[in-house]
Amino acid sequence: MSDQLPVRGQAADEALLATKERPPADEPRSSAFLRDLIGGSAAISVFAVLLALVVGGVLIAITNEDVQEAAGYFFSRPADTFRAIWDAVSGAYVALFQGSVYNFRRPGFADGIRPLTETLNFATPLIAAGLGVALAFRVGLFNIGGRGQMLIAAACAGWVGFSLELPYGIHLIVAVIAGILGGAIWGGVVGVLKARTGAHEVIVTIMLNFVALYLVSYFLRTPVLQNPSSNNPQSPPISDTAVFPDLLGAGYNLHAGFIFVIAATIFVWYLLERSSTGFQFRAVGANPNAARVAGINVKRVYVYAMLFSGGLVGLAGTAQVLGTITTGFGSGIDAGIGFDAITVALLGRSRPWGVFFAGILFGAFKAGGFSMQAAEGIPIDIVLVVQSLIVLFIAAPPLVRSIFRLPTPGATRTPRASKKAATS
Amino acid sequence: MSTVTQHNHPDTPENAAGTADVIALERAEIRSWKAPVAFAIFTVIGILLFIVIGRDGISTFRLSTGSDVIQLPTIPFPARATGVVIVILLAAITAWSFTLSRAAKATPLWAIAVFGFLFVVGFLVWASAGSTLPVAGLLIGTLGISVPLIFGALGGVISERVGVVNVAIEGQLLAGAFVSAVVASITQMPLLGLLAAMVAGMLVSFVLAAFSIRYLVDQVIVGVVLNVLVTGLTGFLFSQVLSANPTLLNSPPRLERINIPVLSEIPVLGPVLFRQTIIVYVMYFTIAAVYIGLFHTRWGLRLRSVGEHPQAADTVGINVTGTRFWNVSLAGAIAGFGGAYLTLGAVGAFNKEMTAGAGFIALAAVIFGRWDPIRATLAALLFGFATNLQNVLSIIGSPVPSEFMLMLPYIVTIVAVAGLVGRVRGPAAAGKPYIKS
Repeated sequence: MSDQLPVRGQAADEALLATKERPPADEPRSSAFLRDLIGGSAAISVFAVLLALVVGGVLIAITNEDVQEAAGYFFSRPADTFRAIWDAVSGAYVALFQGSVYNFRRPGFADGIRPLTETLNFATPLIAAGLGVALAFRVGLFNIGGRGQMLIAAACAGWVGFSLELPYGIHLIVAVIAGILGGAIWGGVVGVLKARTGAHEVIVTIMLNFVALYLVSYFLRTPVLQNPSSNNPQSPPISDTAVFPDLLGAGYNLHAGFIFVIAATIFVWYLLERSSTGFQFRAVGANPNAARVAGINVKRVYVYAMLFSGGLVGLAGTAQVLGTITTGFGSGIDAGIGFDAITVALLGRSRPWGVFFAGILFGAFKAGGFSMQAAEGIPIDIVLVVQSLIVLFIAAPPLVRSIFRLPTPGATRTPRASKKAATS
Repeated sequence: MSTVTQHNHPDTPENAAGTADVIALERAEIRSWKAPVAFAIFTVIGILLFIVIGRDGISTFRLSTGSDVIQLPTIPFPARATGVVIVILLAAITAWSFTLSRAAKATPLWAIAVFGFLFVVGFLVWASAGSTLPVAGLLIGTLGISVPLIFGALGGVISERVGVVNVAIEGQLLAGAFVSAVVASITQMPLLGLLAAMVAGMLVSFVLAAFSIRYLVDQVIVGVVLNVLVTGLTGFLFSQVLSANPTLLNSPPRLERINIPVLSEIPVLGPVLFRQTIIVYVMYFTIAAVYIGLFHTRWGLRLRSVGEHPQAADTVGINVTGTRFWNVSLAGAIAGFGGAYLTLGAVGAFNKEMTAGAGFIALAAVIFGRWDPIRATLAALLFGFATNLQNVLSIIGSPVPSEFMLMLPYIVTIVAVAGLVGRVRGPAAAGKPYIKS
């Protein structure tokens, strides 16, 4: 708002703002709300996404061959360069949008909306695994073991899914429980080792990722998991009785795993915010020594937290084998979701509903990234860049505020910050 | 950590907290059974593997490579007899360790080392029964796999010692590998590539340092995100730019191996240690420099004090922010240099996600090595050895399914971390931003 003022006036304005911003006790509610809206975390998130997309656009533009060609004669016809940049970047982001939200080129709403269901489909395992990582974060544990937990869960759920013969409904429930238990046990081992021997969870989870990978690879080429009619290390297809039913009919990939994920989000929210176990979790996360002094059994909390965390990540692995890839799985079934989940949890700030929406956003990037790659030939890796930049910017609100000249909510300005704002 | 008294048990937070209360008391004796129990488990495994399902035949260890001046004779080991002898020795060490623990004494580190060595020899003899094991080749490969791990671990040690948790080792290695390949390819000068790799690792560190020190973002978050960012960026540029013109952009010349005149003729050790590229020689120097620097110079003292108690360091006039920033950058340069080995020292061309988790293994080596450069190096070597063992055994035909061999280093690490290292305590202020008040 002070952009039009001359520099000297701007400094005065900043000083005025600084005194104003020391919130008096009887500040009217609406202005506090407005300030939170402009400078608060919602706006930061929006600006962070915007900023990340701009950086992604710059990358797309400078690596685009048409742009490079046009830039060769920039000074004779600069308009060509800008047109090439516009074509490259807008083409990419339109493809991203059409692949993830709504495709205007398709006739009718039912076809047009299909990308959104794809987004939710991609989001399903991301949310589940993100919840697992977030839960561990809240207890002060860093669960990098998503990959291993997903693989073991997928193997357990998949084994139940193709080898047992049970009626509809029951089979699915048993398979889901097997998957969650598999993940929970693989995560719980970490909790037990940390509680009993003090082994650092980061090392143990990293190591268990590899152990799980090789264990599952081994079983995939022995009759335990291998499809008897194939030489590839791949499992037989899942029985129809154990597959997640389609939510929106056969035309859409979205499956009932999404319902499980919504339930899991509500469960984690209740567990963390409303239950006494969750209170203990958060207390240990805030300060394990204080929690111990207060009479909380810290070791038991570590074990339970890793059990829950592994179980949630296990749900992601289960959703992969029973919902997304039901024709038999290989050792790559985790599809990097175990690591993506860390960024999802960070973007969601380890809050259950935050993780839920972060998962949907990243699901959209994933769904749109594939269509962008197909339509515009832009490598899907750009999605990783944009995702990581979003998390980076959201994690550093002062950076985003200083770029967009947003006011700092709540706090008074430090002299250094206002001086910097005044000189810039 | 086996038997320790409460006075010098810095690894347990409870004890560290409780020491203030019990310090006036008599020496409390704690009998730790970790070492003997771990020994016993491995001895039982040894009995099962080497004797119960032992293999007949002769295992031949070939110590020399073809180009050595001094050719050592090959050593034949009758598999079953060697197994019996080794199991007896293992059992003896285990029994001795039990008596030590009973008397509340620690099992010395060399005993653990001897035990580990014997077990490995026993395993090698068992696994290679009936064929020839190229020992020198095994060790050369080990060093090759370990080089990026060691550089990464050294970078991790410096960064964490100064109080910034470095999860971004993977990103630094990958950035180093990418930039070194591109620069060396364009200029056709591998040494320039090495320099560029250091700069690339440093740039990743700049972001880590800026976000964690200036913007007080959680350091683990920045590290994880940086890994994703570098993976995405290098992957994008590889697919979009490098693949379009691989001859110009992604065909770097590989570094020449340099034979050190006399040293390279030492049997076994010579080919392993002294017929390497310049990167490996720089590595020897870096390990020594980091060790001496950290523990015997003013720079190291300041660095560690900033990592342990930044407020105290600030009080005596050390610039906490500056020390952190420049040392994290140094750590990035070291890790980036290690990344160059992946391209210029080993494969040549850059490939998407070619670090394949090496940075995380290096991170594990840092913690496994208890934030000590020498121990972290040894831990990295252990990973390299176990990985390469699988490669060698799969060539000569191993009785164990290859997946289980591949799993071995990770299981050994878990056992070691849970059984021997136990509660590790990193630098006190690592991960905590310092806000000057």
